[in-house]
Amino acid sequence: MVGILEDKDRIFLNLYGLQDWGLEGAIKRGAWNGTKDIIDAGRDWIITEGKASGLRGRGGAGFPTALKWSFMPKEVKDRPHYLLINADESEPGTCKDREIMRHDPHLLIEGALIASFAMQAHTAYIYIRGEYVYEREILEAAIKQAYEAKLIGKNNKHGWDFDLYVSHGAGAYICGEETAQIESLEGKKGQPRLKPPFPANAGLYGCPTTVNNVESIAVMPTILRRGAAWFAAIGRPNNTGTKVFSISGHVNKPCNVEEAMSIPFKQLVEDHCGGIRGGWGNLKAVIPGGSSVRMITAEMAETVLMDFDSLSALKSGLGTAAVIIMDKSTDLVAAIARLSYFYKHESCGQCTPCREGTGWMWRVMERMVKGQAEHREIDLLLQVSQQIEGHTICALGDAAAWPIQGLIWNFRHEIEAKIDAYRANKPHVQGASLAAE
Amino acid sequence: MAKIVVDGQEIDVPAEYTLLQACEAAGAQIPRFCYHERLSVAGNCRMCLVEVKGAPKVVASCSQQVKDQRPGPNGEPPEVFTASDKVKKSRAGVMEFMLINHPLDCPICDQGGECDLQDQAVIYGDAESRYCEVKRAKEEVNMGPLVKTEMTRCIQCTRCVRFVTEVAGVPEIGAIGRGEDMEITTYLEMALTSELSGNVVDLCPVGALTSAPYAFNARPWELRKTESIDVMDALGSNIRIDARGADVLRIEPRINDDINEEWLSDKGRHACDGLRRQRLDKAYVRKGSKLVEANLDDALDVFAKKLQEAPEKIGFIGGDLANVETLYAAKSLANSLGIKNLDCRQDGALIDDKAGRGGYIFNSTINGIEEADCILIIGSNPRLEAPVLNARIRKAYLAGKLNNIALIGPSYDLTYPYENLGNSVKILEDLAKGKGDFFKTLSNAQKPMIIIGMGAYAREDGDKVAKLIAEIGLKAKIVNDDWNGFNVLHQAAGRVGGLDIGFLPKDGGKSTNQILKDCDTIILLGADEVEAPDNKFVIYIGSHGDKGAHNADLILPAPAYTEKQGIYVNTEGRVQYATPAVSPKGDAKEEWALFRAVSAMIGKKLPFDNISQLRGKLKEEFPSFAVNDGEIAQNTKLDLRFVGEGGNPTSEIFTPQIDDYYLTNAIARASLIMAKCSALKAQSTTKVAAE
Repeated sequence: MVGILEDKDRIFLNLYGLQDWGLEGAIKRGAWNGTKDIIDAGRDWIITEGKASGLRGRGGAGFPTALKWSFMPKEVKDRPHYLLINADESEPGTCKDREIMRHDPHLLIEGALIASFAMQAHTAYIYIRGEYVYEREILEAAIKQAYEAKLIGKNNKHGWDFDLYVSHGAGAYICGEETAQIESLEGKKGQPRLKPPFPANAGLYGCPTTVNNVESIAVMPTILRRGAAWFAAIGRPNNTGTKVFSISGHVNKPCNVEEAMSIPFKQLVEDHCGGIRGGWGNLKAVIPGGSSVRMITAEMAETVLMDFDSLSALKSGLGTAAVIIMDKSTDLVAAIARLSYFYKHESCGQCTPCREGTGWMWRVMERMVKGQAEHREIDLLLQVSQQIEGHTICALGDAAAWPIQGLIWNFRHEIEAKIDAYRANKPHVQGASLAAE
Repeated sequence: MAKIVVDGQEIDVPAEYTLLQACEAAGAQIPRFCYHERLSVAGNCRMCLVEVKGAPKVVASCSQQVKDQRPGPNGEPPEVFTASDKVKKSRAGVMEFMLINHPLDCPICDQGGECDLQDQAVIYGDAESRYCEVKRAKEEVNMGPLVKTEMTRCIQCTRCVRFVTEVAGVPEIGAIGRGEDMEITTYLEMALTSELSGNVVDLCPVGALTSAPYAFNARPWELRKTESIDVMDALGSNIRIDARGADVLRIEPRINDDINEEWLSDKGRHACDGLRRQRLDKAYVRKGSKLVEANLDDALDVFAKKLQEAPEKIGFIGGDLANVETLYAAKSLANSLGIKNLDCRQDGALIDDKAGRGGYIFNSTINGIEEADCILIIGSNPRLEAPVLNARIRKAYLAGKLNNIALIGPSYDLTYPYENLGNSVKILEDLAKGKGDFFKTLSNAQKPMIIIGMGAYAREDGDKVAKLIAEIGLKAKIVNDDWNGFNVLHQAAGRVGGLDIGFLPKDGGKSTNQILKDCDTIILLGADEVEAPDNKFVIYIGSHGDKGAHNADLILPAPAYTEKQGIYVNTEGRVQYATPAVSPKGDAKEEWALFRAVSAMIGKKLPFDNISQLRGKLKEEFPSFAVNDGEIAQNTKLDLRFVGEGGNPTSEIFTPQIDDYYLTNAIARASLIMAKCSALKAQSTTKVAAE
């Protein structure tokens, strides 16, 4: 057997698109099986089971999904409730939702129905990333199938009137932030809102709204079908269930794979990706959860488990479980400089620290790639990143700061080496004034 | 009320207070750029960060409310720290980010000395810059003749965006681009079309938006600041006149929550350069076809002689900017001479004091607009007649309670949605009979308001129209014990004061049009909007060489409103005192003093020797003036049955009263800036064929 998760415990049986994505194929794989029974069991049961399963949000922050649902008002009053499914998967390195949407869309649609029922929403929106054109086509076709089969829509088989719409983003990373996504869906400029009020109180069009990641929604029907205990038994406490990992970079076989939570990093790479390019000894650094989390060193990677708690103990994070692997051929400074450029480019510009700080950090990083900096600027850069972190409206500021912090904490010597190399054989270097070059 | 501990001090504040307000209530200083009391909360500058006990991160105090805070584990009130090391560090960090792309051009920046960024950088920032990359530069944006831009200085606080969108109601400024490339711009590179656009300059915390007419004129510490009253419309907005030497350099609004909050119309703010042009600083007497400079005493001699002619052939017309003292002294003089031909209504409006004070003032008060749930506007374009009041209507509309606004008259863009019931007196007749859907809305409203503009009065059948409106009011019960919904929106700063002292043709006296037709000697108290026939002897007493002075045979120079003391009564009946900021020009003397002087020359000496004595007499005679500065006399009972005069209206439609907002009085017409605005407006309203 390869890996930890057995085939019988997989949720996404068509992750690789080898079978029919359509309704027929999905039903064969178990989707839409017993959905009516789940709904008949009532929303309290769904939320209790969801909580018992220990499912934590798969979008990056890891907030317990069913707990989030329970924050919605208990009764629908003058304002309708909405479910918003965040399919704006733009985190560099992450490509799991894409596979779900194009190969197993019916799991998502079924999950959307159940989740909407659980929070008394009759309408759900899927906000899909602008670049995902093909995925949107599949998703829309699948929704059409579901409507035609009376699985969703008015007077459907399940007895809960439910409409599902797909809305296409325009490709801004910030629209993956839940409140910016709400703004964008409302037709405004995608800028995060101030919280509180949280979306569960005042979200889309000022109405109670829950925003969930695609994977969080898509795993829910299977959890409810097979029972919370089954899901909770996979992984370790507080980090339960299965998770789709997207492994990219310097491995022999980059892939998406559904695995048990808390799988050791080493096993994940060895079993599913054919090992590190050039062998384990060639590993230099790993960004374990999408570009926003701090990188870890090869030594840390040796023993780390791929789950929320284990990675946050290393001051990194599971994030979206997009594992980016870098071997010894990698220029880490240049790699992080590229990420800095990404965050500078994607900052919405609303709040000061992120608007001004991301540009500053990127410029310093670009100089450091060439070594045109001073040693003291490494600390300056670290301070600037800390001046951004925790001072912004949304988490993009943190996300821009963490890669640089990870680099400086773990690979400071690489930056120093570049500076030294640039200065070698130069009689007089003016340091920071090099910026003007 | 909720308890909260700020820096160790426990206070009780309303639960919906923001943390920033709570901290201020506790006496703590919170720096801010984007936060503004009268705009929505943006929370984007991050300068107002405070530490909340138990919260993992520092929080923007402007964006969280006291009721959002969690109590401590044993139910202790939430605790906030505004001066902890963490807070200081956070603020210094944010300040550094603010400054890295802000140019160091304070020496040539007009905001210098009154710049929030400058002040707060000194208090909260670090002394040295650590940024050595290339700074950002932005292209300038055209915001019209009133707002000068220097967008490189912009810190993207979005106050201007929120102001034009929320208060002014013309969403013409916005932020485009994102990240560090985000910039504030007028989308179409067009001048702002708001009559309140000058306020964005006050709101801008840095030097990105500065006053174009005032550019490079002075530093704030050179200016002498005088608190006074605006006379460009009948609101009596509170202003601060900034002067240096003999010149008024700029006019800024003062906060008065009852009237203008902290806004000022563009005319009130920018017509001040008109105070330097076309001034009458000498007396003039007509010799043949020419006006010849004269000694003031000689001119007064002529005046005295003219006053001794037959009283029924002499008439006084009060201008729009005349203060109460002027009119009172003129009236006293006229009374002593038996002259009954007095009129303060140079536009010929048929509005009078027969129904008492309530019949000609804005009874609901400007604050009352925010309580109203239904407004019917008749013959008025409040956007041009009182831009700040119009913004208040918009505010009430945005607050959600005011959902029914209707207008009778030509259609205007009022910045809020309303139903145009039509432009016809017939509609008034129908409403007075209780017909029409809107009548139901009006009579069902808890706090209905009828706002009547001069467009309803300044017509031949104005009194009959007023009667119809009063009938509607009676039928819809807009006046009751707790609410008076009968509101007259005046345009002239001097009008209500004139009506208060009865500067009206009484006991068979002649009104404006009759004076112009029948009197031989016409005395214009700054009245420029009337045409006197050539064969009359016209005496013009005023500050500007405008239409009135051109036709005059005798000119007596008087100070402008910034140069003299004066009482102005605003459209609500609020008595306010203007104070002089600079000295009168040349030989100019306050009008009341001229009348006092001439009265002595003809042996009818008026019973006051100075302005205090005059005001004493005034208060004795008219108790509505016996209130404190800024108050409204509280005795106005209104019986709508006495409003107007019965009969059939003779004309059908209402016509706009203001053709050109920027050129409504002599001061504005002398202003180059207003001329520029007017030209721009004319240009933008000329439709291109393809449109």
